[in-house]
Amino acid sequence: MSTDSAVSKSSPTFRQVRTLRAPKERVIEVLLFMAAASSVLTTFGIMWVLVGDTLEFFKEVSLGDFFNLSDPKWTPLFEDKNYAIITLIAPTLVTTGVSVFFAVPIGTVIAIYLSEYANGTLREWLKPILEMLAGVPSVVFGYFALLVVSPILQTMLRPFGVELGGFNMLSAGLVMGISIVPLISSISEDAMRAVPVQMREGAYAVGATRIQTALQVVVPSAISGIIAAYILGISRSIGQTMIVAIAAGLQTTYTWNPLDGAATISAYIMQVSQGDIVHGSLEYNTIFAAGLTLVFMTLGLNLLGFWLIKRYREVY
Amino acid sequence: MAIENIQVLRASIKKRKLWDQVFVVIAFISLFFGFAILMGLMTQLFLQGATRLNWSFLTSPPSPRAEEAGILVASVGTATVMLVTMVLAVPIGISSGIYLQEYAKKGWLSDVIEINVANLAGVPSIVYGLLALGLFKQQLQLGESIITAALTLSLLILPVVIVTTREALKAIPQTLREGAYAIGTSRWQMVWDHVLPASAGGILTGIIVGLSRAIGEAAPLITIGALTFITSLPDSPIKGEFPFISFSWLKSDFTVLPIQMFDWVSRPQPAFQLNAGAAGIVLVLLTVIMNGAAIYLRIYFRNRIKW
Repeated sequence: MSTDSAVSKSSPTFRQVRTLRAPKERVIEVLLFMAAASSVLTTFGIMWVLVGDTLEFFKEVSLGDFFNLSDPKWTPLFEDKNYAIITLIAPTLVTTGVSVFFAVPIGTVIAIYLSEYANGTLREWLKPILEMLAGVPSVVFGYFALLVVSPILQTMLRPFGVELGGFNMLSAGLVMGISIVPLISSISEDAMRAVPVQMREGAYAVGATRIQTALQVVVPSAISGIIAAYILGISRSIGQTMIVAIAAGLQTTYTWNPLDGAATISAYIMQVSQGDIVHGSLEYNTIFAAGLTLVFMTLGLNLLGFWLIKRYREVY
Repeated sequence: MAIENIQVLRASIKKRKLWDQVFVVIAFISLFFGFAILMGLMTQLFLQGATRLNWSFLTSPPSPRAEEAGILVASVGTATVMLVTMVLAVPIGISSGIYLQEYAKKGWLSDVIEINVANLAGVPSIVYGLLALGLFKQQLQLGESIITAALTLSLLILPVVIVTTREALKAIPQTLREGAYAIGTSRWQMVWDHVLPASAGGILTGIIVGLSRAIGEAAPLITIGALTFITSLPDSPIKGEFPFISFSWLKSDFTVLPIQMFDWVSRPQPAFQLNAGAAGIVLVLLTVIMNGAAIYLRIYFRNRIKW
């Protein structure tokens, strides 16, 4: 009996251990939950800041002026003030369009090649290189666009009688396209590799060639993953700031011509916040209204993406 | 009849094999446009920038004269901002990942958090700059300081850290958790002593990828007003008198490498653009080394641990 009580004194029973550690466990769980909830707070913070200052903005500017399509001008910093947001949306869509036009076909073809044609060694080398290239800072791409690609395009287009300015959306869009090719091809390739090998073997068994297998079996099966890659690439382009700010110029002109230079939404935000900007002024509020527009554009795109991915998902 | 059929079949095979070859050609052209142009641009950057990259460039403060300007202040700024970003983002990111993967019960709350993290990953970085401008700079009066920059960048990379932590935890087999419970551990002991050590490699990869993204970001920091001419280093953290350690450097003005490069590239003088090229080399090397380390670690841990 005496030895028994000695044991229980020096080493508590399991029940005692559980009671002792219960409060600590509880505290840890609450702390972890708070960390996870902080991401929700970030979203609230973003919406609160953007919506708050956008409401201030609309106290002085009418919705009709903001969505004015007939005579679009965006000149909040001038004497004659205009606030037609389409002036900033157009260059955003043009640069994004150029980049997608370049990156989607090239990224997809590279993904098909890596997934269906390339041997193991080549893939093992190219994939990490792709991932490393995807991490190159955008300011470096801006340098390429302004100082390398723009001059090359100028000399290339001169024989056709096209005079390209130093700042233009074409070179910004092209370099933006180059910068998202690694992203698109890497994610699409992952999706294609996930297609079960039996499906390929089935196609080969009925006499399909590799390209037929790739285009008629693998790509349709992996289409939801491929769409996800495209959506990610497009939303990167829409929000991209440094490349367009450096290479497409900071002039707020309403234009759909890729040969012109014009400020996108993000480039405008960056340009205005660079200067000495008075907190609470109308100029200060314009960048939040522009920012909210940008958030709605990327959010809309992501929702479209979710819907498409759900609609086309194949489960094996 | 039979012979004709075979001939039709052969012609069809020939045609389809030709298309196969055509695709390979198209693929090589695409690889050329996707890779070779990028490689060419990189080579150009290295050739241009290398003429300016020397010891005095690395150790000089910025200057109105291009030949004397250097990246000392920007490098120190990048190092300090990254340090604080890491201190803020790593514990919160890993904790969130652990909560979502190991604790959260299926329900609307964990769904909301999960969708929210996915959405935050898609928010353009300039929007984080607006958040920082409106919240950290205006509401909390933190100024254009190192702490504002680090808060902004840590919010920016949190989704990356959370998602990779979850992936790493997901890869740990359930049997490890059950084994831990079987010898009487609590949930936290199971996580801390067994699951976390086993997934450390994957988590580390996520941290490096997140930081390599933060190191190249310029736009959100320019939005808080960090594009100013700064020639002095932040306050020293070590002081001569008691208590010897000071955190006043957190409130110092700063500049970082991508902002310095942006400043130089947007000037018309070719001499400054050479400086931009040299700063670009440093940035590319930093990010490539970090991403390379992450990829190496991922492969190393994947090969070492077989479940």
